[in-house]
Amino acid sequence: MNKAPAASKIRTPLLIAMAVFLVIVMPVLNVAGVIEDFTLNVWGKYLCYAIMAVSIDLLWGYTGLLCLGQALFFTLGGYMMGMHLMLMIGKLGSYNSDLPDFLVFLGHTKLPAIWQPFYSFPFAMLMVFLVPGILALIFGFLAFRSRIKGVYFSILTQALTYAAALLFFRNELLMGGNNGFTDFRTLLGANLREAPTQRILYIVSAILLVAVVAGCKWLTSTRFGLIQRAIRDSENRVLFSGYATANFKLFIFVLCAMIAAAAGALYVPQVGIINPGEMTTERSLEAVVWVALGGRGTLVGPVLGAVSVNALKSWATRAYPDMWLLILGGSFVLVVMFMPKGIIGIPAQVRALIAKMKNRGANSRQPVTTKQDAEVTEP
Amino acid sequence: MKRILSIVAAATAAVLPLSHAQDTVKVGVLHSLSGTMAISETSLRDILLFTFDEINAAGGVMGKKIEPVVVDGASDWPLFAEKAKQLLDQDKVAVTFGCWTSVSRKSVLPVFEEKKGLLFYPVQYEGEEMSPNIFYTAEAVNQQATPAVDYLLEEGKKKFYLLGTDYVYPQTTNLVLLEYLLSKGVPLENIGGGFTKDGDGKIISAGKYTGFGHTDYQQIVSEIKQFAASGDACVISTLNGDTNVPFFKEYAASGLNAETCPVVSFSVSEDEFRGLPASQLVGQLGCWTYFQSIKSEANEKFVSDFQAWLEKSTVPGIVKDDRVTCSPMVLSYVGVYLWKAAVEKAGSFETEKVMAELKKGIKFDGPGGKVTSQANHHLTKNVFIGETKANGQFKILKEYKDVVGEPFLKGTYK
Repeated sequence: MNKAPAASKIRTPLLIAMAVFLVIVMPVLNVAGVIEDFTLNVWGKYLCYAIMAVSIDLLWGYTGLLCLGQALFFTLGGYMMGMHLMLMIGKLGSYNSDLPDFLVFLGHTKLPAIWQPFYSFPFAMLMVFLVPGILALIFGFLAFRSRIKGVYFSILTQALTYAAALLFFRNELLMGGNNGFTDFRTLLGANLREAPTQRILYIVSAILLVAVVAGCKWLTSTRFGLIQRAIRDSENRVLFSGYATANFKLFIFVLCAMIAAAAGALYVPQVGIINPGEMTTERSLEAVVWVALGGRGTLVGPVLGAVSVNALKSWATRAYPDMWLLILGGSFVLVVMFMPKGIIGIPAQVRALIAKMKNRGANSRQPVTTKQDAEVTEP
Repeated sequence: MKRILSIVAAATAAVLPLSHAQDTVKVGVLHSLSGTMAISETSLRDILLFTFDEINAAGGVMGKKIEPVVVDGASDWPLFAEKAKQLLDQDKVAVTFGCWTSVSRKSVLPVFEEKKGLLFYPVQYEGEEMSPNIFYTAEAVNQQATPAVDYLLEEGKKKFYLLGTDYVYPQTTNLVLLEYLLSKGVPLENIGGGFTKDGDGKIISAGKYTGFGHTDYQQIVSEIKQFAASGDACVISTLNGDTNVPFFKEYAASGLNAETCPVVSFSVSEDEFRGLPASQLVGQLGCWTYFQSIKSEANEKFVSDFQAWLEKSTVPGIVKDDRVTCSPMVLSYVGVYLWKAAVEKAGSFETEKVMAELKKGIKFDGPGGKVTSQANHHLTKNVFIGETKANGQFKILKEYKDVVGEPFLKGTYK
């Protein structure tokens, strides 16, 4: 069983090492020509996924809320950024019109009013946080006030995601339908199709990831974090001790929605497309798998999980296009069977194994760990 | 362990290309081999590998053997863009054959433009696009929808019901068809499915739309039944993939059939019938630029060669039983030969030079008859109207010769 972490386990030196490697070493190696532009670009994508994974960990690993809707918030953030990017294409689209191509194709001659303010970058950035944030606030308020917990909460978030995806697939929504937004050109005047712009986007993603991990590390080490974990382990006790658990959960839920949305906003200019296929329930489930594989409740585990699963996917879809699903699925099974704490738990497992070997000669053995088992999901 | 394994494997993969001699040219194959689109797109991978083998056996392209680089887009559109970057940046492929859905093409288009790559796109689509880096062997709307309407008008049909899945291809096709029908003197009230108008009363969407994976067609079919009561109506369907099953079931159950109100579908080919029950569609119409049932020496050789190749193929997981050929497969095949001819004329693998040759007009006699590449990155080819048979094949009813593919059609029929 997964051992519940007593406090956030990530150590500061590890965090600093991660920051230096991602924010400084990788881009420097790229400029020096050691790392290809392509590699840095896909790493930018992995890091955006990693940010979403950390938000899931904060919800699931630390608060016990298994949200299957993080891909929705991620995609909504992406759409808000996408709306700005679509307007920045200007007359370079295939119809040489100021309107985004898909609106021209739908027969529109005027920009719909809702699109108008997205010419402004600061407004678009504000919307990146506000739209998913408000959706999470409304949904969370209703769900937590009604004391919806555990698997019911998961199912509801999944339903919300599914409904939103169906809505975005419809052309009447004027959000590009099935095709979504593509063919972006510039962001703040910088050409998105050039390597230096992509490098900057990578660095911003890396900085955001480090900031999010550090912020979550701090948050989980405060009294707030303590209550968070108490809610995870026994919500009723916390409630009877006089804490309004619903408010705590609502705060975390909205915060995590905004973190995922920021990741989505950075993701879009790096991959060059956003469409409703990204907000499906499968996507949310995939992200939960990254967290589980990397190691839940550890903050760094989800980062490792998101990066390694996606790197494996990138590599295997090229190296073994016919078999990569078997490789990916097989590795999931291996991790679940032999690494219950995920990738992050490997060093501890190795240490435990060594200790066991050392003790083999001795007549008595000390148990390696004495922590109590704790279920993460709600009863 | 997984990491170590992947590093070892990656290292091996990195060393392997060194062992290849200089006389090969890398060619990308970018289709979904997993996910929802795999059922259609895997057939295109198969036909491409077959074509490469056929060309290699005959001496290759400019004396170089084709070395396919197959990647899996996994029905994941951002992954398509990533794979395109990988093919162009890391593998440095000379050309890529790939994509099925419009969204996958839209996803890779900026990549091909940025990195000056060359993509051949083989599947019927909505047009409204002409990238300098894409050659569309696909059927344009006027190589499927408008010939089908011509045929139905000749058959004496007066009322047209437009039905489709809600995405860009059906939406565009129906808008073009609306203009085309009006230009042919069909009054607006004889066009069924409804219209959406903008604030100024201009029609911005024509026809009835259902979402992907829609299953309940009861109401729509009863609407069609009313519409078809006069006996001179037909349905023009751009329904996608598996939604065709519940639609045609409901259609048959309501008592409508090919005699009372024929349905012409643009997204159902021989290959789709490997997964759809053809018996529900007997007598209904299809319209493509190739049918497996075409009687010509070239086609018979193509079909039997492909079957023989499948028999011997060692591609992991390849399906060998009950395989058929269809238009997207033939257009992939044709694309490879057009590319080969263009490369050999240009004496170069460079995108710009190859595209320049394609624009000058290259002829190729393929399984579906003669095709000619055009300056607008599309093909001139023959269009066929066929009637579905119980075995999933089509009986050819009519052929339109040398139809010029035209991507920008909206506003051209007046």
